[in-house]
Amino acid sequence: MRELFLVLIPLAGACFAALWPSERTRPWFLPIISAIHTLLMSWLLINPPEVLFHSWMGFDPLARAILPVISLLFLVCSIYGIPYLKIHKERKNRVFVSVILASLGLISAAHMSRHLGLLWIATEGLTLCFVPLIHFSSKPRAIEATWKYLLVSATGIALSLLGSFCLGYASLHGGGQGDLTFTALIAQASSLSRPWVLIAWVLILVGYGTKMGLVPMHAWKPDAYGEAPSMAGALLAGGVSSVAFLALLRVRSVVAAAGAGVIADRTLLFLGLLSMLLAAFFLLSTNNFKRMLAYSSIEQMGILCIGASLGAVGLWAAFFHLWNNCMAKGAIFLSAGNLQRGAGSCTTADAKGLFLIMPHSSLLFMAGLFAITACPPFGLFFSELMIIKNAFFLGYLWVAVLFLFALMLAFFGLTRIVFSVVYGRPKTNSKQLSTKYCEKPATLLPSLILIGAVLFLGLCIPNPLRQIWSDAVQQLIPNL
Amino acid sequence: MNSFLNVLIGLAIGLNLVALGTGRLQALIRVVALQGVILGCVPLLIKPDFNIIIWAFTLITVLMKGFVIPSLLRWASRAANVDRDVTPMIGFVPSLLLGSAGMIAALMLSFQLPLLPEHHGSLLVGGSMATIITGFLLLVGRSKAIAQICGYLVLENGIYLFGLLLVHSIPLLVEAGILLDLIVGIFVAGIVLDRIQRTFDSLDTRKLNILKE
Repeated sequence: MRELFLVLIPLAGACFAALWPSERTRPWFLPIISAIHTLLMSWLLINPPEVLFHSWMGFDPLARAILPVISLLFLVCSIYGIPYLKIHKERKNRVFVSVILASLGLISAAHMSRHLGLLWIATEGLTLCFVPLIHFSSKPRAIEATWKYLLVSATGIALSLLGSFCLGYASLHGGGQGDLTFTALIAQASSLSRPWVLIAWVLILVGYGTKMGLVPMHAWKPDAYGEAPSMAGALLAGGVSSVAFLALLRVRSVVAAAGAGVIADRTLLFLGLLSMLLAAFFLLSTNNFKRMLAYSSIEQMGILCIGASLGAVGLWAAFFHLWNNCMAKGAIFLSAGNLQRGAGSCTTADAKGLFLIMPHSSLLFMAGLFAITACPPFGLFFSELMIIKNAFFLGYLWVAVLFLFALMLAFFGLTRIVFSVVYGRPKTNSKQLSTKYCEKPATLLPSLILIGAVLFLGLCIPNPLRQIWSDAVQQLIPNL
Repeated sequence: MNSFLNVLIGLAIGLNLVALGTGRLQALIRVVALQGVILGCVPLLIKPDFNIIIWAFTLITVLMKGFVIPSLLRWASRAANVDRDVTPMIGFVPSLLLGSAGMIAALMLSFQLPLLPEHHGSLLVGGSMATIITGFLLLVGRSKAIAQICGYLVLENGIYLFGLLLVHSIPLLVEAGILLDLIVGIFVAGIVLDRIQRTFDSLDTRKLNILKE
């Protein structure tokens, strides 16, 4: 039961923050609750609680493999949140602080859900939590982004509910009880009605794929990432997308147990490649560095799907990649937030020569660029290399070729934008702004920590981490 | 029992076509509310034995879908002082044709799918798919934000109808959570509607066109 505190403490923190009277001290809830969450997480990792076979929620190997990095991301982002909210004193932070804490609780709940219905409830709640974050600036652009986000995500998530019901009906039709816990569904896998399993897979793939931002369900992502505060962007790219990915992995294991694993893998592979290629082309044309991060995130989600479709080794690499992506995206988003404030814009037309104005943020932004484009020795290089090697090993030559082609295009697109933002002659108005929002350790340190962590994962992976990823792979593919 | 159930679901399918054909926002809200009430009562027919929890659940669903959410939408549309038309992006005749085609396809498909013996001859699966298709058509085919929310509600009605296939097996806690999420979702949408209205002075989503590549 200890693991339930991972959900309850942030939710309680959210309630307290909503009731807290002082605008000035409220942001401190963010690092305090996040730090408690991280400490609790470390304790649970050292002393893993027992997971009952049919329990609805548990700190199982899959949750263990992903949740720690998200806890870390939240902690780092919440440190960034204090100076961020101080700069934007004119905006009320009650809702902002509360929903970030609530989303931490819901992300933990979603990762630990072993019941499809519960997973859906947490994901839907999470979707709604991010609505006020996206229109935090209250600009018309932000409201437009919010509306698109709300409509597309709500529809997607509704389809995943339908898919969950279909899986329940597959169980009923196969003579089961319609129990929606993953363990019960896997136990009954051989008798699940195949047509219903396939319908469920398609609907769930579309539904949670929308949440991940896979092409062609990605329409909301550039708008939402472009308009949300960078901190919310970092959490969306790192936290929310991993919830959807984990949901797909859990359902995939049921589908595979029901004998349709090949179909599930093929569809994941196809959507993954499509996402990578399309995102890479969009990266060549966009001129807004926050929208650029959204396309890069779509590309990374594609990589995760491709990894997950390539057997046990690919899956292990996907977990490794997820950690790297989570931290690299966090780092680059937070530094992009600094640059956006300094330049007063995020288009390449207005933001130029920022290296002269904000040298540290620019350096971090460039380091983030090298991290997400998988330059060695950052961790992403090794995870992507592992996926490509595995594709060659399994004989998917064309997959490896397309994968490399998309990576190359994405590299061109990303470097084009980043260098045009960092170098060049600054616009005069950015100078005035930068003195107002000068670089402070508190806005730089979070990015630095995350970049350092990605670099560390590239240089060496600690054995306990290797072990928890292997355990998660073992849980998903039991007869290894 | 099955025949009465089919009559109710048939009514709901009929309301789909009315929703697609209506040009007035208020009428659309009324149709969606009526559909919500009709479908909200279906659990009582599926589980006829008196069960206080089922009754309470039905009551809350009917109250929410039939009264609270529609009055929220009506309030939003009045506060926004929007003109009374739904301003279709897909015209009424094409929407109706597409809706009918979708309905026929849904029913045909539902006869092909493997169903449990007690669901043979029932319109549950076909009706739910037809309603979901209608919801999609309204979502993409109408430009007023309120009409899009109505589309989402119709979509959600369809999913609710499908969920009734599992009424015996899904725990109430999960059902309640799903209902709560949907209600919160609609309220959040209401708040965003208010923001759109204040910022753009209109609820026509065609004006939301700043963000593009």
